[in-house]
Amino acid sequence: MAMLEINDLHVNYGMIAALKGISFEVNEGEVISLIGANGAGKTTTLHTLTGLISAKSGSIKFNGVELTKTPAHKIVEMGIAHVPEGRRIFQNLTVLDNLKLGAFTRKDKENIPKDIQDIYERFPRLAERKNQIAGTLSGGEQQMLAMGRALMSRPKIVVMDEPSMGLSPILVSTIFKIIEDIRKSGTTVLLVEQNAKKALAISDRAYVLETGKIVLSGKASDLINDESVKKAYLGE
Amino acid sequence: MGFLNNLINGISLGSIYAVIALGYTLVYGIAKMLNFAHGDVIMVGGYVIFTCMTTWGLNSWLSIVLAVIACTLLGIVIEKVAYKPLRQATSLAVLITAIGVSYFLQNIALLIFGEKPVNFTSVVNVPSIKLFDGQIVISGETSVAIIVSILIVVGLSLFINKTKSGRAMLAVSEDRGAAQLMGVNINRTISLTFAIGSGLAAIAGALLCSAYPTLQNTTGAMPGIKAFVAAVFGGIGSIPGAMIGGILIGVIEILGRAYISPQLADAIVFAVLILVLIIKPTGILGKKISEKV
Repeated sequence: MAMLEINDLHVNYGMIAALKGISFEVNEGEVISLIGANGAGKTTTLHTLTGLISAKSGSIKFNGVELTKTPAHKIVEMGIAHVPEGRRIFQNLTVLDNLKLGAFTRKDKENIPKDIQDIYERFPRLAERKNQIAGTLSGGEQQMLAMGRALMSRPKIVVMDEPSMGLSPILVSTIFKIIEDIRKSGTTVLLVEQNAKKALAISDRAYVLETGKIVLSGKASDLINDESVKKAYLGE
Repeated sequence: MGFLNNLINGISLGSIYAVIALGYTLVYGIAKMLNFAHGDVIMVGGYVIFTCMTTWGLNSWLSIVLAVIACTLLGIVIEKVAYKPLRQATSLAVLITAIGVSYFLQNIALLIFGEKPVNFTSVVNVPSIKLFDGQIVISGETSVAIIVSILIVVGLSLFINKTKSGRAMLAVSEDRGAAQLMGVNINRTISLTFAIGSGLAAIAGALLCSAYPTLQNTTGAMPGIKAFVAAVFGGIGSIPGAMIGGILIGVIEILGRAYISPQLADAIVFAVLILVLIIKPTGILGKKISEKV
């Protein structure tokens, strides 16, 4: 059984159908990419997954538990962390407070300080700025904070929405390196990216979304050589 | 000496406004709505204390505790029944509902207690302080109002900045969606905010009615509106802003009454609101509102 099974998921914004019955699955330990153009429904998929918007029909099963009727704050507790598009860190709070909020649902309070130390080791820049107001961080640092904050919940799977958006090429490479590290430490990753080339390079499998439907799926290594993918998303 | 007396009275009245303004500012900061029924919760608190002390003969401490409990529950119920169903509605719909709740509370009080004002027995039994051979007299009510409001501001700031629930409130205030992604229960956080704000309204009711001992169904309305002005003045959403705004409004009102015109005192307060909205719409400590793209 896959860790995450999405089956015939439909989502509407008012009268507009954003997702028209998508199905995909994520197995434990995988890195899965959803790629597609603006408006294809990538962010909608992630928001439905973590309960920020509700589905019209279809099912999302996480280790067998139905998520479409579960409130957002319970979903985090079940082990799904979401690094949202545009980072959405708490700008007015300190780096440390942001990390503490990441651990909001955890019952094992005694382990939290150690996990904060681990985050600081993974992201030394955050350690240097732990008492700084998060809004004063650079874009790359804010992305690291958003990722660190998500990891603080000790998730089984992290979903990431455009983590490389708006970052310089060198930082983009750093972010993808971090995603690989996250996978190596045993956390499953579901990645939404516009940077299809980089995303496919670190993924096991990928799904291509077009206007609310999955039009193509397969091993990332195959998709990266697929003519239609090359043409539409890799700019070749 | 007259000026100093007026100043102290202004600070004291302002302290009461500050406690009310804290309720406005908390609810605005977290639920993003103006709870215009907030002033009427003060009136309810006043009547609960009056009933406990005068009708049932309970002591003042117990009466205050019961009033805080009653108003806290009332705040939670108001939010659940009147505002929660409107979470996705326009802010105008919520505002009109809040005005409706305000009239509802006033009329319920009118039905139960009648239109005749009652004499409120002060809950304060602290002796007055005489300074400069009795030229300056600070009543017990005055000093208690100032001390209590300082304790509340300090306590509330510690709660918000140092506790987990407080951090959740800050998170919801800044980005509701992101707070949900952290596992914060939005409904519970908003409910807690209303509970705290309304509990504070009960304390404000005790202070207000002790200082101005007539109580009727509209008692909370005017102080409620002035505290709203104070919250906007200080920067709505900011706790220290509510304190500063409250005290400034109290001082402006008392000095205006003493030196300009007793009839115009209220008008001066509202003129201040208009000026603030023109000169610095976000208030003294208000944050610049940046629209998310």
